[in-house]
Amino acid sequence: MGINLAYIVACVFFILGIKKLNKPQTARRGNFLSALGMLIAVTAVFFENDVVQSWTTSNWLQNGYLWCFAGILIGSAVGWIWAKKVKMTGMPELVALFNGFGGLASALVAFAQRDEGVLTVVDATAVCATILIGSMAFTGSMLAWGKLSEKIPGRAIVFKGQKPLNGILLLAVIAAAVVYVLPNTDGDLKFMAVITLSALSLILGLTVVLPIGGGDMPVVISLMNSLSGVAAAAAGFMIANTALIVAGCLVGASGIVLTIIMCKAMNRSIGNLLFSGFGSAQAASKKGPQTEPKAISAEDAFMILEAAQSVVFVPGYGMAVAQAQHVIKELAEKLEANGAEVSFAIHPVAGRMPGHMNVLLAEADIPYEQLKTMDEMNPAMPAQDVAIVIGANDVVNPAAETDPSSPIYGMPIVKAYEAKTVFVLKRGKGRGFSGIENELFCMQNALMIYGDAKATISALSGEFADA
Amino acid sequence: MDIILLLFIFVIAAFLGTELISKVPSQLHTPLMSATNAISGIAVVGALAVCAALSTGTLGMILAFIAIILASVNVVGGYVVTERMLGMFRKKKEDKD
Repeated sequence: MGINLAYIVACVFFILGIKKLNKPQTARRGNFLSALGMLIAVTAVFFENDVVQSWTTSNWLQNGYLWCFAGILIGSAVGWIWAKKVKMTGMPELVALFNGFGGLASALVAFAQRDEGVLTVVDATAVCATILIGSMAFTGSMLAWGKLSEKIPGRAIVFKGQKPLNGILLLAVIAAAVVYVLPNTDGDLKFMAVITLSALSLILGLTVVLPIGGGDMPVVISLMNSLSGVAAAAAGFMIANTALIVAGCLVGASGIVLTIIMCKAMNRSIGNLLFSGFGSAQAASKKGPQTEPKAISAEDAFMILEAAQSVVFVPGYGMAVAQAQHVIKELAEKLEANGAEVSFAIHPVAGRMPGHMNVLLAEADIPYEQLKTMDEMNPAMPAQDVAIVIGANDVVNPAAETDPSSPIYGMPIVKAYEAKTVFVLKRGKGRGFSGIENELFCMQNALMIYGDAKATISALSGEFADA
Repeated sequence: MDIILLLFIFVIAAFLGTELISKVPSQLHTPLMSATNAISGIAVVGALAVCAALSTGTLGMILAFIAIILASVNVVGGYVVTERMLGMFRKKKEDKD
């Protein structure tokens, strides 16, 4: 009774915590409340009957409290160190890794719980669901982590028969689950079934994420986030724990909402995204020879910038790769000192996870009022003297509006091309990771500045210092 | 507990979560994700209960013990990194020093 009340209090704190995340001013308190809720829930579990009964002094190795505290200590220390050491550009990898850990934890709990006496059909179903979802969240997240940290190629990997394979795997998982759940299955067969179920679930996580390429990572991370939550909720059904159900469900909902937002920002459905292998094989551009993009030097660019009254930066993943956010802050300050109004236009899917650019720019100490969403910025775009596109490609490609044959047709974009002058900072003349030609580069008002984004911005900034 | 009651809780929480999350602005999506990530570490509660209940040295206990470690990494890492990120969001011309 008292324990369940504590779980309710914990859930209230989780809910308040998420609610307060809706404003930067209250977000920190929200995070604190949510952490407090977690502390309450963890404390409460030590008063559960099963746990209390595990207290023994005759054999310390069989004392449940000892194992619990040891596990918490080790895990907390590792988590603390990682969280303190990670660079802001490494955030997507870290979140992917943590998602995977959460999913695996749920799956392991289910696996441990599986041979506890005779389970009812409901409990056995919950065990299967937890193992399936948790395992998928684990291997899927690990693959996403590998792709994000470039330990394995980030591009989409598509092979023939991928969709049928996923379908067959899922059917086999369901079949194994049915064998396991049926009350009159004998013990050995049950064990075989649960092993098969686990193995197939682990493989399914891989085959689902494999065909999703670099630029679609925000969706993968959101989806894995959701799965890790749903896995915890399923584990809650298994051990009839309301805190797990509510908290897991909140996370599951959060991940789904973010997934939908990301999909809308790319004008694609979840199904299309999971199965089409975006960014893998692109049809060659059907257009004839286009005009060559005009390139200028940093010095010439400076002349234009110096005269600009309004400048908008459009950052993309390339900014994160070049670690250019700090020099951008420097340049932005100099532009402001020069009398220009500076803002940042951020596309919802810029970067490798939702909100990635905002965090990097916040790290560089750029006030959040200057960070505008795509929808806020677009109407003001024609009034901008200069738009500086840094390491962004698809999210500013006008083909999304004009070329129905383009793979990104229909995706909302930051209308950088409407600015009077557009600088495009780019490493080389090649196409971006998605392999789509960008019409923006050949437009009349577009000027390319080739080279490392960080070096280019520093050079521009340096010109201001000399002037 | 009655399965219907648990399902009821699940459904209500799903709707509540959807409402809450849709109100979070896109600039806070990364912290939101790492914060909810930490919350999904609630699996630690399940891991603790199962580990203690099986504390007689079975394979199950060892698995649950590993689950405690993983989920604790998730919880503590998630909250700490969220705090770190949110600490960087600042208003314009706020006392810098």
